Amino acid sequence: MEFKLSEKEEAFKSEVEAFLKKELPPKWPEMSTHWPGGYGSLESTNEEAVKAAFTFRRRLAEKGWLTISWPKEFGGEEHSYMEQAIFDERVSYYRAPGMGIATGIAGPTILRFGSDENKQDWVQTIAKGEIEMWLGYSEPNSGSDLAGIQTTAVDDGDDFIINGQKIWGTIAHLADYAWLIAVTDSEAPRHRNASLFIVDNKTPGVTIRPIINILGIHSFNEVFFDNVRVPKRNMIGEKNMGFYYMMTALDFERLMVGIGGFKRLFEQFIEYVKQSEQDGSPLGKNHTVRKKLAEIAVKIEMVYIFFWRTASMLDKGLVPSVESSVLKLTATELSRALADVTMEILGPYGQLMGGSKDAQFRGMAPRGYLDCISATIGAGTSEIQRNIIAMRGLGLTKK
Amino acid sequence: MDLEFTKEQKILKSSARDFLKKECPSSVMREMKEDEKGYPEALWAKMADLGWLGVMVPEAYDGIGGNFMDLAIILEAMGEVCCPGPFFSTVVLGGLAILDAGSEEQKKLLLPKLANGDLILTLALSEPGAWYGTSVINVQAVADKDEYVINGTKLFVENAHIADYILCAARTDKGGSPDEGITLFLVDGKSKGITCTVLDTLAYDKQCEVVFDNVRVPADNIIGENGKAFSVLENLQEKAAVGKCAEMVGCIQTAFDMTVAYAKDRKQFGRPIGSFQAIQHHCANMVIDVDGARFITYQAAWKIAEGLPTSMEASMAKAWTSDASRRVTFLGHQIHGAISFCEEHDMHLYYRKAKAAEVAFGDGDYHLEKVAQQLGL
Repeated sequence: MEFKLSEKEEAFKSEVEAFLKKELPPKWPEMSTHWPGGYGSLESTNEEAVKAAFTFRRRLAEKGWLTISWPKEFGGEEHSYMEQAIFDERVSYYRAPGMGIATGIAGPTILRFGSDENKQDWVQTIAKGEIEMWLGYSEPNSGSDLAGIQTTAVDDGDDFIINGQKIWGTIAHLADYAWLIAVTDSEAPRHRNASLFIVDNKTPGVTIRPIINILGIHSFNEVFFDNVRVPKRNMIGEKNMGFYYMMTALDFERLMVGIGGFKRLFEQFIEYVKQSEQDGSPLGKNHTVRKKLAEIAVKIEMVYIFFWRTASMLDKGLVPSVESSVLKLTATELSRALADVTMEILGPYGQLMGGSKDAQFRGMAPRGYLDCISATIGAGTSEIQRNIIAMRGLGLTKK
Repeated sequence: MDLEFTKEQKILKSSARDFLKKECPSSVMREMKEDEKGYPEALWAKMADLGWLGVMVPEAYDGIGGNFMDLAIILEAMGEVCCPGPFFSTVVLGGLAILDAGSEEQKKLLLPKLANGDLILTLALSEPGAWYGTSVINVQAVADKDEYVINGTKLFVENAHIADYILCAARTDKGGSPDEGITLFLVDGKSKGITCTVLDTLAYDKQCEVVFDNVRVPADNIIGENGKAFSVLENLQEKAAVGKCAEMVGCIQTAFDMTVAYAKDRKQFGRPIGSFQAIQHHCANMVIDVDGARFITYQAAWKIAEGLPTSMEASMAKAWTSDASRRVTFLGHQIHGAISFCEEHDMHLYYRKAKAAEVAFGDGDYHLEKVAQQLGL
C-alpha cells in the first residue's frame, strides 16, 4: 500500500503540468465556465474559446497525448492507467479540452474489436484529432433502459439502412460523425440484437435539431435518421455485438470523471471565501460556512481516493465494475454538493448570474446549480449506479 | 500509488481475523459487559504471544517493530468482532505516548512489559465540562520537593480501574496560553488518593471517572518535558483518532456484511427483501460509506507509518468515518427490521460501538473544524 505517486509518475505529472501551462491561452481559466460533472456548459459558446480549444487539441495530438492509452503500433503512448489517470486529473484541473468521444471511446473500441477495414478507415484520423464524434446511444423511449432502443439498421446489399431517432447527442452539431448503436436483428434477445456504426453527419436523411439546455446553451441535439444509407464497412467489428462492445468501452471511460475540475473549483471558492465578508465579518470565520466547506473537502478527498483506486485496479488487470460505479456516483453527487454549498454560502448573491457588479465568483455558482442537474443523470443515473453496485457488486437479485 | 495491501499486510489481516473469530466471538463482548475487569485475561495473554501488544514496540524493547499500518490492521480486525479489553488504551494511548515522548529509562522499564502483556495503561485527558482535545485542563500538579501532588477530576478514562499506570495530563503552570504548562505524568494506578468509578456507558466499555486527591507522583515520572505536553498530546490524539477509524472500519464492515446477508435471506411479499430497490440503494450507499471509510483511513494510517505530516488526512478520516459509521449501523438496523431491536441480536453491539468510537478523539464536527483550519479558513 502506497498513497503517493512513484518518481516516474511524478515526473510525468510535471511534464503534463508544464505542457498545460505552456499551451493553454493565458485567459483560459476565465474563458472556461465549465462546472465539474455537468454536461451543460461548453467552451464552444464563444468563438474565441472554440478556436483556443481547437488549437489546444491539435497540440495534444502532436504530443501524442490524444492517444495516450493506445498501443504504440497505432501511434499511441501506451501509458499505464495510473499515468492516464494523472493526465486526466491535470487536464481537468486546468479545465483544458481533453479527450472526446472519438479518442476516448471510438478509437480504443476499434483497436480492440474493429475489423482491419475499420482500423484502416478510422485509426489514423482519430489519432491525429482530425475528426470528432457524438454518442448516438439514448433514444426518446430508451434512457436508462438502453437495451430498449428502437432505431434499426437493415441489411441492404453493400449498405445498412438506418431509421429511427436519437436524443441528447452532446455536440452532435459540432461533430463529424455519429458513434451509433442500432438494432440489427429484431428477433434476437435484448443485448444481443444491436451493432455499432460510424455514420457521417452529412449523409442524406440525417437531421440534427438543437435542444437548448436549462443554461440556455445549445449542447444537446435530437437526431433523426430517415432511410440513412451507411456503407457496411462502417459497422464496427461483428454484427450484433454492439452492446458487448459498448460495455467493454466503459473500461476506457471509467477514469473520465473530470476529477481535477472539482479540486480546482473548490480551491478557487476557498480563495473567494477568504477574501469575502458577510455582514461585516470575514465569511470564512462563520461556523456553518467552515463546516460546509470542510465537508466538501472531505468528499473531494474521498472521490480522489476512489479515482486512484480504480486506476490502480486497472493496472493490476482487475476489472473495476462496482468500483467505477462508486467513482461515477460519488463524483457526480459531488458536483451537486459543490453547487449546493457554494449557493448556500452566497445566499441572495447566488442568484446573480454574472454581468452585475454584485455578482459573486464570476456567476459560476448559479450556473453550476443548474448544470449539476445533468451530472447525476447523464451516463447512467445515480439510481442506475446504485443498482449496479447492489446487484453486480453485492449479488442482490432482481426478484 | 498502490491501494492494495502488501503480501505481509494481507497475511497479518487474515491471521488476525481468523484468530479473533475463534477467540473472540460477539458473545465475549456480552460476557464482558458484566465482568468487573472487562476483558478475558487468557485472550490478553494470547494477544501478547502473537506480538500484537508490542506491534509498535521496537525489537530492542522486546516488540516486533511494526508500523502504524500494522497496528491499524489489527485494530480493524478487533473492530470486526467488537473485541473488548484494554488494547486501545494500552497499546495506542499509553504505548505510543511512551514511544514518542518517554525517556530511555522509561522505555526500558515499560515497553518490554507492555509487549509481554504485563502492563495495562490508559490516558487521562478529558475533564468534566470539556468536549474534545486539550482545551480544558484544570487538573493541577504542584511541585513538592522531588514529587508532584495531583488534584482534580478526569473523565472518560478507559480502563483506569485496572490500569497499572494512568498517563495523566495535568497543569503545572498557568502558562501564557492554554496550550502551555501542561505536563504528562505516569501515575501508578494504585497510588493513594485515586478514586476510580466505572461509568455506565452506551458501548459497555469500561470508561471511568478518576478523582485525584493529593496523589503524589515522583518527578521522574514526567513523560517528555515539564510543561510541554501539548504537542505530545496533539500528536497522540491524531494517531488515536486514526486508530479509532481503523476500529470503526472493522465495525461497520461487519454490520454491513450482516445486513447484506440478511437482505438476501429474509423474505417478505414472497421475495428476498434485498430484491427491492429501496433496500438495494440503502446497501449501495453503505458500500460507499464502508469503502470510503476504509481507504481514507488507510491513507491516514499510511502517512503516519511513513512519518509524514498527517493532520489534514487524520481529520478527514475521522470526520468521514465517524459520520459514515453512524449511517451504516443505523441502516443496518433499519434493513434488519424489528428483529435487530432485540437484545440477543448482535446489530446493537455494532451500533453502540460505532457511536462510542464516533465521539472518541473528536467527532465529525470537531474534525471538520480542523479541516477548515487546514484549508486556511
